Amino acid sequence: MARNITYREAVNEALAQEMERDETVIVMGEDNAGGAGSPGEDDAWGGVLGVTKGLYHKFPGRVLDTPISESAFIGAAIGAATAGLRPVAELMFVDFMGVCFDQIYNQAAKFRYMFGGKAVTPVVIRTMYGAGLRAAAQHSQCLYPLFTHIPGLKVVLPATPYDAKGLLTQAIRDNDPVIFFEHKALYDLSGPVPEEGYALPFGEASVVREGGDVTIVTLGRMVHTSLEAAAQLAGEGVQCEVIDLRTTSPLDEDTVLESVEGTGRLVVVDEAHPRCNIATDISALVARRAFGALRAPIEMVTAPHTPVPFSNALEDIYIPDAQRVVNAVKTVTGWSR
Amino acid sequence: MTDDRILPVTMPKWGLSMQLGKITAWVVAEGDEVKAGDDLADIETEKITGTLEAADAGTVRRIIARVGEDVPVSGTIALIAPAEVPDDALDAAVLAAREVIDAGVPDDAGGAAELQTADVGGRKISYAGAGQDGDVILLVHGYGGDRESWLFLQEPLAVRHRVYALDLPGHGTSAKDVGGGALDVLADAVTGVLDAVGAGRAHLVGHSMGGAVALAVAARDPGRVASLTLIAPSGFGPEINAGYLRGFADAQTRRELKPVVAQLFADESLVTRQLVDDLLAFKRLDGVDTALQALLGTLLDGDAQRGDSAALLAAAGAVPVTVVWGRADRIIPAAQAESVPGAVRHLIDGAGHMPHMERPAEVQAAIEETIGRAP
Repeated sequence: MARNITYREAVNEALAQEMERDETVIVMGEDNAGGAGSPGEDDAWGGVLGVTKGLYHKFPGRVLDTPISESAFIGAAIGAATAGLRPVAELMFVDFMGVCFDQIYNQAAKFRYMFGGKAVTPVVIRTMYGAGLRAAAQHSQCLYPLFTHIPGLKVVLPATPYDAKGLLTQAIRDNDPVIFFEHKALYDLSGPVPEEGYALPFGEASVVREGGDVTIVTLGRMVHTSLEAAAQLAGEGVQCEVIDLRTTSPLDEDTVLESVEGTGRLVVVDEAHPRCNIATDISALVARRAFGALRAPIEMVTAPHTPVPFSNALEDIYIPDAQRVVNAVKTVTGWSR
Repeated sequence: MTDDRILPVTMPKWGLSMQLGKITAWVVAEGDEVKAGDDLADIETEKITGTLEAADAGTVRRIIARVGEDVPVSGTIALIAPAEVPDDALDAAVLAAREVIDAGVPDDAGGAAELQTADVGGRKISYAGAGQDGDVILLVHGYGGDRESWLFLQEPLAVRHRVYALDLPGHGTSAKDVGGGALDVLADAVTGVLDAVGAGRAHLVGHSMGGAVALAVAARDPGRVASLTLIAPSGFGPEINAGYLRGFADAQTRRELKPVVAQLFADESLVTRQLVDDLLAFKRLDGVDTALQALLGTLLDGDAQRGDSAALLAAAGAVPVTVVWGRADRIIPAAQAESVPGAVRHLIDGAGHMPHMERPAEVQAAIEETIGRAP
């Protein structure tokens, strides 16, 4: 039955249940056990924020510590996937993904295509993203647009504990490489999650609030920011429909277009930088395919085009907040020719 | 101080998790005469939208809860009273009710009716109980349903009875393994829950496939069943909407599932996004697909209905039986009510295959009338 657990526990539970269900599933990454080369300690870290804690002793030999060499262990995970395992590699911060781009976008993403559909690469790369933890410019970025750009990769960003478990389960069972984004600020978020295993299909957005006046399309942590804004706006008589994309590749275009066809107004809320991000992608989709339905210009709420600031005060105003979403909604509802 | 001629209309409790309800529209106005079963107000919860029906007849003298306002469960939302009751008595009752509404949900609310589990032949079976006294009633849901499908009935019946609702194997939060899908596996779960709650005899209420399950229990162990209320039961004739059953089992997405589920109701507006999302979440649990496909083999023979519920009923002996059917049923035709030998028949206007959700007060009356006929 469903009981309340945290986003962190939901990720851990999906890993444990899939490792139980399929012995080819392995976990590898930095500090997953007790440090590279150690025999595994009783107080094994479970990764830098404790997400894989407890797995090391439950699944002997299947939770591997790796050296601090992302290019090596991501390459190893991808190679293991082509050879019959289902590795879940934890790459601590997405900011470090740059050093293994060849392995990810030129190898893993291309195998199925270049080998004529005869190769599968069932690898999952779990990684943390997002600002808000005072971790500064090199540990706080929202780099999911980079991966969304690459054909051959699937890109997943759960916003709730329920989605975290179901989408990670699907990621592990999926035969293609999946980049699985976990927002650092969501780990302690609690919500109902069934005890049983379940897989949520990719490419299915979730309508997390229904409303007829304005469509808010969002993802990841910004789902909660948007819901806060929608609740405030409801008190002022404006009903927002809030759509959580859940996966940016594949993308559920139909749910977005159907909603905008009903409301005629669109606000896209995205924590990533404003150029070539998910907000611009959704805006282009709606401008091309639902132009006739639009009753106001599209508004985007994003972080600015700067590195994530080190200063606490600047970081706080860098991250889009509910007030900015409220302002954007008022701009589209108040617009007249 | 309170005048016992004043009958409070209270926020109902629809399901274990409900703590608040919101009035979305008042169907009646102050001064209207109502009789029991009349629609009073439309109410929205986190899970579902439903219509509150009057429990008592009289004049609506005061409407207390405003449209759009959240009201805690059992909070008084309106007052029914005869014309002789003076205004100041009503105004005092309004003030008391207003305090309860404004206080919101008490901190100790919730968790009163805990979900319980029984081990039945190695399967974990979930059930939930309500009510302290009286005979035991066990509610048995249909194919693809769960104990929550009784949310409009369980609490009202619990005023006079101990009312349990279970999740059959393959459904809700019970074990998903149904073996080959035989009716006996499901009947074992019903008997197992009766054992777990210490009920030697019980009144069984079964909907659709749950009706056939209740009959299978009665046929195996007639002494165990005090009465049978069968709501659109399966197995009384060859006609069935096989497209619905297969469509439900096969649907993978909201777009596929919604038009299928809409066939259950006479009023398709009851099929909210939340209802479809909850059903999809259930269908996506590991093991559910296998269970639903296995049970299809028990319910269908090609496009015809399989099963011989009349033979099960004959084996059950002299037990009071009522059959309830929505005249607008698009899953199993209401004409099959005529094929239930010896049953009292209630055909309900304005209801499809889910009369216990669409016209709960009438179904409740039918259940209580059936219980009244038990020796």
